[in-house]
Amino acid sequence: MTEIVSLHEAIATGIRDGDTVALEGFTHLIPFAAGHELIRQRKRRLSLVRMTPDLIYDQLIGAGCATELKFSWGGNPGVGSLHRLRDAVERHWPAPLTIYEHSHADLANAYVAGASGLPFAVLRAYNGTDLPKYNPHIKTIRCPFTQEELAAVPAIRPDVTVIHAQKADKRGNVLLWGVLGVQKEAALAAKRVIVTVEELVDDLEAWPNACVLPRFVVSAVCLVPKGATPSYAQGYYDRDNRFYRTWDTIARERTTFQHWLQRHVLDTEDFAAFLRVHAESEAASSVDSVDKTVHA
Amino acid sequence: MSYGADDMMTVAASRRLSDGLVCFVGIGLPSTAANLARLTHAPDVSLIYEAGPIGAKPSVLPLSIGDGELSETADTVVATPEIFRYWLQGGRVDVGFLGAAQLDRFANVNTTVIGDYTQPSVRLPGAGGAPEIAGSAKEVLIIIKQSRRSFVPKVDFVTSVGHGDGGDARKRLGLPGKGPVAVITDLCVMEPDSDTKELTVRSIHPGVTREQITKATGWPIRFSADVFETPPPTASELEALRALQQRTAAQHGTAGMIAN
Repeated sequence: MTEIVSLHEAIATGIRDGDTVALEGFTHLIPFAAGHELIRQRKRRLSLVRMTPDLIYDQLIGAGCATELKFSWGGNPGVGSLHRLRDAVERHWPAPLTIYEHSHADLANAYVAGASGLPFAVLRAYNGTDLPKYNPHIKTIRCPFTQEELAAVPAIRPDVTVIHAQKADKRGNVLLWGVLGVQKEAALAAKRVIVTVEELVDDLEAWPNACVLPRFVVSAVCLVPKGATPSYAQGYYDRDNRFYRTWDTIARERTTFQHWLQRHVLDTEDFAAFLRVHAESEAASSVDSVDKTVHA
Repeated sequence: MSYGADDMMTVAASRRLSDGLVCFVGIGLPSTAANLARLTHAPDVSLIYEAGPIGAKPSVLPLSIGDGELSETADTVVATPEIFRYWLQGGRVDVGFLGAAQLDRFANVNTTVIGDYTQPSVRLPGAGGAPEIAGSAKEVLIIIKQSRRSFVPKVDFVTSVGHGDGGDARKRLGLPGKGPVAVITDLCVMEPDSDTKELTVRSIHPGVTREQITKATGWPIRFSADVFETPPPTASELEALRALQQRTAAQHGTAGMIAN
């Protein structure tokens, strides 16, 4: 049954060094607050899973939390590379990172298999691509009925899945809407589920076909308003596109990244404190850019 | 109204998307072209984005595949596994609209690495939804800026299959869709030869020479016997494109962001 706890406690008790952890959210509802808490608590040797490792995984990898990454699209959407991910893969900084590359359809199916209690997922269309050459987890299987050759990939069974949602009620039922990505499947595939939410309410007022995770599949709910910043939460706040661009400059060099991480994550007590420091940095950089415009 | 090579590319690509079709859209250039089609000659096209929106009608171009603008304007939003399982693999997508970083003579697509996989000279984002779009959509359109760097005899990494090693390669691989039927660049439109499946220039954009196309291609590019000039963008196509770009710039701050 669900416990309603602080994010600090949920991460401290729910995630151990060496765990396989999936933080999911497809552009929308990315659990940044939970990612920061993993960094603050200096979790190590994590095996990370995520379809679209974006800024939050760049931060976790740069902070030295991970040794493995399973993913299907690694970039800063609309901006460019993830510099910390590349530095870890290509130059082993701050630690070597083993990567397992898949496609979106593959990982989505692999979460479904995990949620369904099956050992593997089956799908079409890896035939002819080079991905299986570099990923030992992609195999082929022959359909016993049609003899068609298909791809087989292992189910994803994270020790812990972490997601962010709009609402939970005080008993621990969780409601999310908008772009849902693979959050429901990732949650149902995991042994433990931590959910951060924008609001705790008495009644979810969920419509009959709403995406609700019943409390018996949720281990912990944590109230973290704006916990998906700089991604967005539909109905609450928009994506901070400017920060996604700024991240390219911050993450490009190890020193600027380390300085940012120290000031914004390691030296802040919690996500509310991060948001205060983040707002100060944003205000300062707006002044800088105004100065540059004036003097240009 | 004056226009540039990028405008010609976007307009030429948008014209290939017929009204009433179901189109699975990649982010960036494909999204611009698909939405231009929707705003001009193809109002009844249904756009599907991999994050879950079906029938998206964005008034500004999304920066990312899961933007709120897509879900708020969609007929419905389904979970990502459902998009890939029921809608794409289930055979309900007429056209897959893809971009590429590197492309070869048989329209195979690389979005993974330039150079060696373990020590790449350029690391790209990876597969995303493209391998299954390229495999399962009934037809595929590819939009890509043409240069000797991006048009290579053989891609460094096959992320998504075009026509494999040519001929009946797709049939041999068991891929259900027809594969790429056109590659639209800032210089020309290419189509695969009906037998060999090698990309062949079908139409040349106004003001572009054969020499330019040859120089910007990493293999000896062939021209079809009845090659013609791509009709230039019409005033109404350009007006719709400019208005879309202006709305996007006003919303996101910069127009340049979306062009990758």
